[in-house]
Amino acid sequence: MTRRKITNAVMFGLTGLCALLTISVLFFILGYLVYYGGRSLSWDFFTQLPAPPNEPGGGMANAIVGTGKLLLLTALIGVPIGFAAGVYLAEFGGRTFSSIVRYTADLLNGVPSIVIGIVAYALVVVPMKRFSLLAGAVALSIIVIPITIRTTEQFLRAVPHSLREAALALGARKWQTVATVVIPAAFRGVLTGTILGMARVAGETAPLLFTSFSNQFWNRGLDEPAATLPVMIFNYAISPYEEWRRQAWAAALVLLTLMLAANLAARLVLSPRGARHG
Amino acid sequence: MGSRVATIEHLPRAKTPRTFFRRLRAGDHIAWAITALAAAAVLAITLLLVWELYSSSALARTKFGWSFLIGRTWDPVAGEFGALPFLYGTVVTSALALAMAVPLGVGAAIFLAELAPPRISDGLTFIVELLAAVPSVIYGLLGIFVLAPLMRRAGAPYGVGIMTAAVVLAIMILPFIVSISREALLSVPREQREAALALGATRWEATWQVVVPYARLGIFGSVFLALARALGETMAVTMVIGNTPQIGASLLEPGYSIAAVIANEFTEAVEDLHLSALIELGLVLFGLTLVLNALARLLIVMTKRKGAEQ
Repeated sequence: MTRRKITNAVMFGLTGLCALLTISVLFFILGYLVYYGGRSLSWDFFTQLPAPPNEPGGGMANAIVGTGKLLLLTALIGVPIGFAAGVYLAEFGGRTFSSIVRYTADLLNGVPSIVIGIVAYALVVVPMKRFSLLAGAVALSIIVIPITIRTTEQFLRAVPHSLREAALALGARKWQTVATVVIPAAFRGVLTGTILGMARVAGETAPLLFTSFSNQFWNRGLDEPAATLPVMIFNYAISPYEEWRRQAWAAALVLLTLMLAANLAARLVLSPRGARHG
Repeated sequence: MGSRVATIEHLPRAKTPRTFFRRLRAGDHIAWAITALAAAAVLAITLLLVWELYSSSALARTKFGWSFLIGRTWDPVAGEFGALPFLYGTVVTSALALAMAVPLGVGAAIFLAELAPPRISDGLTFIVELLAAVPSVIYGLLGIFVLAPLMRRAGAPYGVGIMTAAVVLAIMILPFIVSISREALLSVPREQREAALALGATRWEATWQVVVPYARLGIFGSVFLALARALGETMAVTMVIGNTPQIGASLLEPGYSIAAVIANEFTEAVEDLHLSALIELGLVLFGLTLVLNALARLLIVMTKRKGAEQ
């Protein structure tokens, strides 16, 4: 073999090693979580309220429900705004305003989540004078809006022009075309993007620390603080109590399982038929 | 003729001059207005964000001025606030993380985009996407209980510290570097590769001498995006950096970062000045990431455009 061919083979091996190292991280994470978290998972974890420090037992039922409520509220506030803005960019927008909105959404997407937490604190917690589920949902909505805009626009644009022209040629108005032809055609893609966006905010911790805060008991309304899985993992992991740390592992396992399930589900929704439309 | 099909109900009123209301009733303007309102909401949210950060930090900004950025003391009890230890911690952890993650990430991206067989590449790319979805609090958990003990054995006095945070950050930004660099590489036109291969280059030579230089700007873009993400990363860093506002002599010593101090002290800040100083830290962080993101987007757009021209 010539030196050039050897270099070729060596670099193939080296870059392959880089890729292998990168993906091995996921298996490390999964391994540790299953090993430590699996041992601490029990039926009580899903059904009981948190126990006081150093008392055995207890669970995170309130945090699981809290995360669910928070995500539901986020889906109600953030996703419609992001979706409508995405439809505007893909279908109704002009040139200048659209590119300004697109660029702003990209920048908003890059704002650190802790900064978004500060803003939600100033906007909701300060006027209401208390930590609340609503404040957490506002923070997560600000995060999910740019993600939804991006995926909505992307998938609407992937719908072939001939479909729009066919609808318009039949006499449908622009809005009828968008609502009855374009959006249904892009539905799978948009749904996938929404699932992935929600999965991403489900793990957000920083913006919840001083918005939805935490709660040792059940959340009883939008204007009350709520326990959530990510914040519980943080609080329990940095606590000095052995029992709480074990529960942090269990909660992390539950959270990661949810994320991976959402990602796999999104992939299943998109393929095999949706893949053709891009 | 065309109006006979779907809009027949409007025909009797076709002569009325109030076209605006007619068109409004037809729905296009309503749809336009609703979606445009949502698009405008994005601008409004962003402006509100900047204004809130700016106005809520007024107290600290007027009291300390620019010396806030170079002050070394952070003492909430005495009411003295300087951001330098946090700036140091944020910048140094992120820079170290980049130094570790960029070679590895770009290498992996080259493998996935250029060298690996498509089947393997698809599967591995999906795993990289999954990695990007792991919440940062989980990285922090592993950082505390797995990495910190290892670092203690390696010579870090407390296990937690600047170096520990940098390693966790490096692992966290890796998937972003891989997936964005990979996209940049894939946007290089086919002809470029084919020309190089036709001239007798090996796959690696075609990749390293033709494709990578072509995608250079996009790869830089991915690095900037990863840096912005590292600077703003909160939970994982808070859990492993040691939370001590000092500029240590060694990288193994504990430190503090901007995002971490906000996360730890925000709910406990009772003095207005303390809260205002924390919000000013948020403003600084926002400014840093804004500049990096703007640069990164520009670079990525430039690469894509270059690819599209050919």
